[in-house]
Formats: sequence, C-alpha cells, structure tokens
Amino acid sequence: MTDIAATAPVIVGRSLWGDAWARLKANRAAMISLYYLVFIAIISVFGPWFVPHQYTTIYGDYVRTPPSLTAYPKADMIETALNDAVKRMRVEIKEWKQDGERVTVTVTSTKPIDDRNIRYLDRSDAFDNTKIESKSPDGLEVTMSTSVKQQYFLFGTDNTGRDLLSRTLMAGRISLAIGLLAGVVAVAIGVIYGAAAGFAGGKVDEVMMRIVDVLYSLPFIFFVIMLVVFFGRNFVLMFLAVGAVLWLDMARIVRGQALSIRRQEYVQAAEAMGVGQRGILLRHVIPNLLGPVVIYMTLLVPQVIILESFLSFLGLGVQEPMTSWGVLISVGAKNIGTANWLLLFPAFFLVSTLFALNFVGDGLRDALDPKDR
Amino acid sequence: MLRYVFRRLLTAIPTLFVIVTMAFFLMRVAPGGPFNQERGLSPEIKANLEAQFGLNDPLWLQYVHYLGNLLRGNFGPSYNMPDFTVTELFAKGLPISVQLGASALILALLLGSVLGTIAALNQNKLGDYTVIALATAGSTIPTFVIAPVIQLLFGLTWKLLPIGGWGDGAFINKVGPVLTLALPQIAIVARLMRGSMIESLRSHHIRTARALGLSDWSVVVKHALRGAVLPIVSFTGPAAAALLTGSVIVETIFSIPGVGRYFVDAALNRDYTLVMGTVVVIAIFTIVFNLIVDVMYAVVDPRVRYD
Repeated sequence: MTDIAATAPVIVGRSLWGDAWARLKANRAAMISLYYLVFIAIISVFGPWFVPHQYTTIYGDYVRTPPSLTAYPKADMIETALNDAVKRMRVEIKEWKQDGERVTVTVTSTKPIDDRNIRYLDRSDAFDNTKIESKSPDGLEVTMSTSVKQQYFLFGTDNTGRDLLSRTLMAGRISLAIGLLAGVVAVAIGVIYGAAAGFAGGKVDEVMMRIVDVLYSLPFIFFVIMLVVFFGRNFVLMFLAVGAVLWLDMARIVRGQALSIRRQEYVQAAEAMGVGQRGILLRHVIPNLLGPVVIYMTLLVPQVIILESFLSFLGLGVQEPMTSWGVLISVGAKNIGTANWLLLFPAFFLVSTLFALNFVGDGLRDALDPKDR
Repeated sequence: MLRYVFRRLLTAIPTLFVIVTMAFFLMRVAPGGPFNQERGLSPEIKANLEAQFGLNDPLWLQYVHYLGNLLRGNFGPSYNMPDFTVTELFAKGLPISVQLGASALILALLLGSVLGTIAALNQNKLGDYTVIALATAGSTIPTFVIAPVIQLLFGLTWKLLPIGGWGDGAFINKVGPVLTLALPQIAIVARLMRGSMIESLRSHHIRTARALGLSDWSVVVKHALRGAVLPIVSFTGPAAAALLTGSVIVETIFSIPGVGRYFVDAALNRDYTLVMGTVVVIAIFTIVFNLIVDVMYAVVDPRVRYD
C-alpha cells in the first residue's frame, strides 16, 4: 500500500502544440484526410518504382486500352496481335492454336522464310520468348511457338499506349512537389515580409503594405501569364515565381498577427520583466505566429495545385513526357467520348487530394485557434 | 449619392491609367514580339510589318500613341488576327461571354441564397450538413474537372445536352457552360449566406419580430434576409467582373467563341493590342461593378451613407 505515494502521477501541462494535436486527433474527418494524404504522398513518391511499367514506355499494341483488373492480352486480342506481327513478317498464317501460356503458329510464304523473322513476334507487346519449333525442308513453312506476355493495366492506357497508373502516380509526384515548393516559397516570403512590416511599424509598415495593395490590385491571371511568358517552359522556375506571387495574403496575415501579438499583455509583462527583443521574438511572437502560418500553408497548397493544373490544362505548365494531374485531366477532357478513364482516374486523384487538404486545413484551424471552441 | 458616384468615377481614371501603364510596359519587357513566330517571316516582311504598326518607334513614343488612341476609344488592330480590330473582336465575343456570365451569376445568387438560408434555418441538422457538403464539393472541385464531367454525363451518357459549341446562342448550348460557371459560385454564395443568416437570425430585431408573433416566413424573408444579404452584395462585385469577362477554361472546353481565351492567347502570341484591350476591359468591368456594389450597399442597408 505504501507504493501509491511513490507512483503519484506527475502533472504535466499540455503545450500549445500538444493541445492542438489532441484536438486534431479528435477530429475524425481531418485525421482520415491526413492519413489519406500520407497514403497519396507515399504511393506518388514510391509507387512509380513498383508499377511494372515506366511512365514513358509506349505499348504500341495497347493504345487506349480500357482499365482492367485481369491481365492483357485478352483472348480476342491474341489473334489481332498475331495477325499484326505476321503481317510485318510478310508471310501468311496457315494455322495457330493456343495451349495455355504458349501459342503455336504455322506460317507459309512463297519465298523461303528467314529464321530472324521471329523477332517480329518478340517485338509485339503481347508475345515474348519466341522459338522456332519446326521448319519444312524447303523453308517455305515454319512453325513457331511463343509465350503470351501477361501485363496488367489497372488504369488502362492513354492515346499513345502508356500505362495510366504509372502516369497518374508520376503526375501526383509532380503536382504535390509543385504545391509544396510554391507553398514554401510563398510562406517564406510572406512571413519575412509581413513580420518585418509588423515589427518596423509606422512609416515603413505603411509603405510596405501599400506595395502589397498595389500588387494585389493587378489581375492575378495577368501576373501568372506574364511569368509563363518570362520563364517559358521551365516549370520549376515558374513555380518558384508563382510562389513569389502568392505571398501577398501571407504577408497581410503575418503583419496583422505580429502587430496584435506585440500589444498583448503577456508581451508587455515580458518586456516589464526585462526580456530582450530577441527573447520576445523567439519565445512569444514566433510560436504564436506559427498557428496561422500552418493553417494558411495547408490552404495554399491546394491553391497552387489547382493553379498548376490550370496552367498545364492550358498547355503552359508541365510539358510532355513529364506529366501532372492537370496535364492528364486536359488529355482526358479531350477524349471523354472514346476513353473516359483518361479523365476519371486523374480527376479522382486530384479532387480527393484537394478535399483531403481542405479538411486537414479546416481541422488545423479548429485545433490551433483557441478562440473558436 | 450622385456626387459620390461622380467622385468614384473620377478616381477610377488614375487607377485605369496605372493599370494600362503597368500592363503596357510589362508586356514589352517580355521577350519576343508579335511577328516572331515559329514559321518565321522573312526579315524584309517582318521589318515592313513592324514599321506599319509603328513597332520600331521608341517605346515611349509607342506608349504615347497608344494612350492617345485609347482616349479616342481606338484599341488598335489585332496583330495576330489582322482582319480584325480589337474593338471588333470584343464586339463579337463580349456579348457571348456576358450572356453566359450573367446567367451563371443570377443562377448562383438565387440558388446559393436559397441553399444558404435552408442551411442556416436547419443549423447542425441534416439540411445544413447536406448544403455544407455540397458547398465544400463546389468550391473544391476545379472548373476544368466539372466541365468535362458535365460533358461526359449530360452530353455523352444521357445525351441531354450538346457536348459543346455555341449554336448561335441556343438555350440548350448554354446549359452546360452556365452550370460549370455557376457551381463554384453557388458554393461560395451558399457559404456566405449560411454564415450571415445565422448571424442575422441571432440579432435583436429578429428576436423582437418573433416576439411580436410574426410568421417564420415573414421573419426570415422580410427581416433576416435584408441584413444577411450584405456579404452577398460585396461578393457580387468582383464575381460579376470575373464572370462577365469570360472564362478561359469553360470557353475552351465547350468551344464557345467568347472573350475568355483572348487574354491567354494574346499574351502568348505577344498580340500587344489585344492584351492591352483585354486588360482595359477587365479593369473597367471591375471598377464599374465595384461601384455598383457600393451603391447597392447603401440601398440595401440604410445605415450606410455616402456623402
């Protein structure tokens, strides 16, 4: 019984961030979205290495193949692929039969058939591992056997026969990377500029904020198009520039926060106790600024992703063979009549990611804003 | 009030001037010119063309010329569509874009207000959650996804609407583009309306109205709505300017010959006059609609006075 006193719980206060995390964890929509975002990020970053197809590989025999959970080639496609390959050999099919994995085909011609012709079968995307089984003495008739190359196109293929699954994942990599890159640039510039204005106060603040107002009043799309015109097709540079345009909101938010935090009683108390500028900045201002900055950043990333997709949609963003969700959706939009999976898969990835980012942003706002409880 | 409108119109002139000047010089700093195309003109022809349009003059002189022409209402010829002047291009495309934009705006204001009010009256109930879910979807899904999905569902699967084209303004051709333009706006209006309606329903004069025994309908429509509509009014200004000047995405996907594409195409082709024309038109729309909104404010809310 004497143990109880020894194990008396030590009361640990919850920090601002611990508190926020606990509140975020209680928000089911935000947590599911967070897990979903992590999932999308992982499959986009690592997925392309595990998908058996390269995102640039062109499968000439599988142009606009619909998505399917079973392996290609389908039974009826074998004959087409065989006819195609044999036509390239410039010989005639006499007979063919399928026996499990192997296909045996007998071809005839009016001229002796060269052994090297079997490469036409290997070159086809449907066959592999071709061997000559037998040859007639005059060389006018050859029997070859080849194995059917099984391939999966879970999301189907695009107009040039590239696997849409690997392209969608690759696109996710690019879209997410661009969103983060431009988001970080915008936040960095905005925080520094806003904090500087908020701290300097007075005339300097006045002038700095007037500059923001002027930039604000120019049509945003005009800016972006001008950036495209300047930076051409270099999308990394362009999105650094886009980030450099999007900092205006951030600067305003940070300035407002910095101004109001400086007037709080706890800052005055710290000043009265003799804490220096540096101490106030590190201990009070920056931790209190982080909340709105984090919230704004989660809302900025989807904005950038939409902007990137919008530019790519117009053909001004990411260029082929590199791809992004915007590029894929624009191709899909042009082919909805014949191949709607080209639109549906990338659109689902983009929209679900945007939803998740929004829910996480809302969740963070609820978790970090102590006034809104 | 009239004096206020007049003063606002006067202050619009320097604003326009700054925008025109910035756009003019920004455009000229960009590398390339209207006649440097991939197919390449022979140097003599290019020189002649540039001389004809005064592109060899010093930049300041071109600027002065442009301003002079602009003051006389002359936007100049389009460099890339040599058969048309910029004015003719706008006369052709603007009515189309305005029709679509205005229909979308009206639809968004009506439907958005109704949905927002329904949500506010059923706060934290099923109706509210449904509207919030719809609004989240509407503001999250980008236009370039909505438009092809509408084409796919209504055009191809159910064959209710044409897939695209203007069809000389036939009603059926406008449904798809107007829906696409309106959906994100409906979402914004519904959200604004929900927030301001909840606030408005909590205010004292509503409590008084209820205490006096007015019917629910009368309380909401006659009293709460008037206070709640203010945020919608201020939203309408910029939204109207953006919608009426055309959408690149919607006009491209539905193949509509509006003015939405002018800006992007012109900037990429360095069609200086057309870029400037677009900038001026957008700026004028923005200024005018912001003014209308401010006047509307005073009409809706008698507490607002302009002297």
